[in-house]
Amino acid sequence: MKKLLVFLKDYKKETVLAPLFKMLEAGFELFVPLVMAAVIDRGIAQEDIPYVLKMGLVLVMLGLIGLTCSITAQYFAAKAAVGFSTQLKHSLFEHIQELSFSEMDKLGTSTMITRMTSDANQVQNGVNMVLRLFLRSPFIVFGAMVMAFTIDVKAALVFVVTIPLLSIVVFGIMMITMPLYKKVQAGLDKVLGKTRENLTGVRVIRAFHKEEQETAEFEQDNSALTHLQLFVGKISALTNPVTYIIVNVATIVLIYTGAVRVDTGYITQGEVVALVNYMSQILIELVKLANLIITITKALACANRIQSVFELQSSMAWKGSGDGLAEAGRSLTVSGQDEAGKSALPYAVEFDQVGLTYQGAGAESLSDIDFKVKKGETIGIIGGTGSGKSSLVHLIPRFYDASRGSVRIDGKDVREYGMEELRDKIGMVMQKAVLFQGTIRENLSWGKPDATTEEMNWALEISQAKEFVDTKPRGLEELIAQGGKNLSGGQRQRLTIARAVVRQPEILILDDSASALDYATDARLRKAIREMGEGTTVFIVSQRTSSIQYADQIIVLEDGRVAGIGTHEELLESCEVYQEIHYSQA
Amino acid sequence: MKNKGAKQAETLKKVLRYIRKYWLYLVLSIAAAAVTVALTLYLPILTGRAIDLILDKGLVDFPGIFAILRKMAVVILITAFAQWLMNVCNNKMAYHIVQDVRDEAFHKIEILPLKYIDGHSYGEIVSRVIADVDQFADGLLMGFTQFFTGVITIIGTLGFMLSINVGITGVVVLITPLSFLVAAFIAKKTFTMFKLQSETRGEQTAFIDEMVGNQKIVQAFSHEDEALEKFDEINDRLQGASLKAIFFSSITNPSTRFVNNLVYAGVAICGAVFAIHKGITVGQLSCFLSYANQYTKPFNEISGVVTELQNALACAARIFELIEEEPQIPEADNAAVLHQVDGTVALNDVSFSYVPDKKLIQHFNLAVKPGQRIAIVGPTGCGKTTVINLLMRFYDVDAGAICVSGHDIREVTRKSLRESYGMVLQETWLKTGTIRENIVMGKPDATEEEVIAAAKASHAHSFIKRLPNAYDTVITEDGGNLSQGQKQLLCITRVMLCLPPMLILDEATSSIDTRTEIRIQKAFATMMKGRTSFIVAHRLSTIREADVILVMKDGNIIEQGSHESLLAMKGFYAELYQSQFAKV
Repeated sequence: MKKLLVFLKDYKKETVLAPLFKMLEAGFELFVPLVMAAVIDRGIAQEDIPYVLKMGLVLVMLGLIGLTCSITAQYFAAKAAVGFSTQLKHSLFEHIQELSFSEMDKLGTSTMITRMTSDANQVQNGVNMVLRLFLRSPFIVFGAMVMAFTIDVKAALVFVVTIPLLSIVVFGIMMITMPLYKKVQAGLDKVLGKTRENLTGVRVIRAFHKEEQETAEFEQDNSALTHLQLFVGKISALTNPVTYIIVNVATIVLIYTGAVRVDTGYITQGEVVALVNYMSQILIELVKLANLIITITKALACANRIQSVFELQSSMAWKGSGDGLAEAGRSLTVSGQDEAGKSALPYAVEFDQVGLTYQGAGAESLSDIDFKVKKGETIGIIGGTGSGKSSLVHLIPRFYDASRGSVRIDGKDVREYGMEELRDKIGMVMQKAVLFQGTIRENLSWGKPDATTEEMNWALEISQAKEFVDTKPRGLEELIAQGGKNLSGGQRQRLTIARAVVRQPEILILDDSASALDYATDARLRKAIREMGEGTTVFIVSQRTSSIQYADQIIVLEDGRVAGIGTHEELLESCEVYQEIHYSQA
Repeated sequence: MKNKGAKQAETLKKVLRYIRKYWLYLVLSIAAAAVTVALTLYLPILTGRAIDLILDKGLVDFPGIFAILRKMAVVILITAFAQWLMNVCNNKMAYHIVQDVRDEAFHKIEILPLKYIDGHSYGEIVSRVIADVDQFADGLLMGFTQFFTGVITIIGTLGFMLSINVGITGVVVLITPLSFLVAAFIAKKTFTMFKLQSETRGEQTAFIDEMVGNQKIVQAFSHEDEALEKFDEINDRLQGASLKAIFFSSITNPSTRFVNNLVYAGVAICGAVFAIHKGITVGQLSCFLSYANQYTKPFNEISGVVTELQNALACAARIFELIEEEPQIPEADNAAVLHQVDGTVALNDVSFSYVPDKKLIQHFNLAVKPGQRIAIVGPTGCGKTTVINLLMRFYDVDAGAICVSGHDIREVTRKSLRESYGMVLQETWLKTGTIRENIVMGKPDATEEEVIAAAKASHAHSFIKRLPNAYDTVITEDGGNLSQGQKQLLCITRVMLCLPPMLILDEATSSIDTRTEIRIQKAFATMMKGRTSFIVAHRLSTIREADVILVMKDGNIIEQGSHESLLAMKGFYAELYQSQFAKV
């Protein structure tokens, strides 16, 4: 939580003023018992009605000032809290965008979405409440004690004993219950998980007639949750009665002390009433404080979760971010760079003994990958599920860092590039065809922000999407719903290809991205891409040999290793794995 | 159409049914609440009396004070005990009702017809079982006690105040409703602001969902800056909307507090004037002041409590809707148990549709002999799963009958029917638990050797043994830590282990590579030997070898026959075959 407080720095003024005005309000509230004491001791005792009226007016004035202070405080608190969460969300969004694929895999996107939405809102509520109340309540409690001292030192000693006692009880119960509430949450998550699982797996559960067993398991989890809740409930149920006893016993002692002090003539009857009033003000504040603590506990838990996202540092340093890795990277640049003799053009893409181990994984997902690609070549990559095809192409735009060896583009290690410099060279089409809410034009402009209509049409032609886009009433301006729901799978795939093509990338990567296309369209697409331009190096990942058989080189992967490299004909002769794949599809 | 009030009353009646089981706690809770309120109100009277005995120097009646203080101590102890009792009773009641409702809801989920579950989003049902139940328990029970104590407090204070002095009571009663009006006024004014806030917040969530959910694409296209810019634009709008909504709604509290202060001042002035004319004592005045505070408090809370109660009732209604949903047709008491299934399946004049006015399968006939292979083909989304739904009796036919080994499947137990089928669906589902637990689903008493043999047969053994804890590796929810292909292999192993007489297989080409698939095909082939099999087919070889091919389009079975006879028909199948397979 502490580290999140920096987001309040633009709202220093509000952060200070909000509690200050709250305390002012509380201060005026503390005068009320004194005024009442005066009414009793002077107004009633001396039967002075004008004085009583005057004091009544003072009470109203105190109320008015309190109202003004309070509204001012609420304004500053709201402003600070909302500003805080706005900046928090801004930074969080920015931070999440900087995370590399490794961290995204680790955390999962749905977690991050929750952090940014409901967690951030809870924290905003927390900040708001803290600014409004957290200082006010202790201030009233201690203020009441101070006021008691101004009335009578000896009677005030009762407060000195009561307040620490109350704090111990309130905070003690809080310390005990807080970890327990976490357990309750975990229990609830379990019940939720079970429910969800039974819905998603309803067919399998019924096919295996597991209904009764599932119900039994659910009832067990559910009952465990109930017991936990009851246990926590029993402890927190003590808070109110115990504080009630302490405050009221203190009142009894106060009345007795008051009686003795009045009897000996140190204080008046009105002052005893004031003392008792101060004690009851403390009780009221305690109730508020208890509610506040619940809100704060929740907000703190959320803040910690957000904090843990901030602590997640991108494991990938980019050149230009100015740190040592770039230095280290420079020494890695070895081959291919022959500045003097331009005749020896560097390879467009080079894998040099590359190995990749994902974070947290035991074994390498890619091992000893070694190949060179000339500019303008088409490379097919084929292999079984989990053989590392996607992993391999993900290394080219540096979505992950190779854990061994190096990946070079135009003779330069990918770690030597700036992020945009590298990724602008590459047009990537992922397995999952994702489009964004907005027009087709907006989606295409992701590839090239300043693309002209001609360029877009050209890209649509290549990706075989022109035809269906033209049938849309608004053409390029047609709206795509969130997730591309209003398009078919094949249409989505073709648009994601167009999005990559429109930037006229030096390297175009198609990661198994024509799976929803029928054979004829797929063939036309491949032909168009081949004829796209001399300079484009194309990587095609596929499970079908028919999609890659015309490639200049085909890389066959098995279990993360190269099982063969060559043309279709070469591999058919020499590579057993390739033969097996090819004939299984015949 | 029932009106809202009647509906709420009905829901309330159902709620009472759940509470009835815990009536003792309810009675205790109400009694404790009444005691708490009464004694809390009585305490200021005692304090007042004690103060009246402390007049001035030398005018203090110590014996009298002691007597009152002793009384106070007893009152305090009883009050504290009553408070505690009330809390504990409420907790017991609330949490047990939550448990009961959830158990019942879950039980319902297990026996609901698939039609309901397919027709509702999982998130919606889950939120009914989890969030709505919580809201309902919190809101209803807490709201109820708050409402109850609030009302008793108001009546009690009013009574006590009247017993002391009618005039001052009048002042309190007249000014207090002001705070009610102020709160209502502000709530009305801020409604549109809250609406704007929640709309903008929804927009922001949708945007986050889209961008963060597809972060990899955003990064691949270096679109971070644009995304952040758009995000900031929404974020700024949200800031403005939130500030307004939060600030204006937060005026309520100070305003009602101000009204309370007015009441307090009113009591002080009138009380003092009465005291001067010896109408009341100073102690009674102090008692009045504390009542004035307590009397106004419930008024401030009540408007909140009412909305909370309404909200809770709405949540309760949603849960009851689920609980009262019509369950699947229960089994007849004399339902036969299928055993020694030979694999004969007959569909006699079957008609079925999901919605009455959109006819799907009509008067469909099919006779399957033991050991035959039935391939179901058709373009994506043509409703191939409909056939599975009917065979497994996830849905009941509208007309006609499906018979297995001569028994109408509606006349046998669901358990024995489903036990006769081995099913592998394309959407792989695994439950939270270990790999082993998932494999033995169909045969809980399988030995280690049987499990490993099944895993080897389905080619899953090699990857399972490479997992950190082999067969004891825990799979997280929905198999998150396994690849799609691995999940599929596990689902196949599950069926391999129990090998029922009939099979339903959804050939999944999308997530398993062709070589693994060939191995699985081999395993399938061993499995299918002598077994009646229904295969949602994607591969040409499966289709060619099938005894009967069912061709589906838009949910209908439009053609049926062998590969050759269908090609000869030159119908939809021939067309489909040309476009999808011929050139490969």
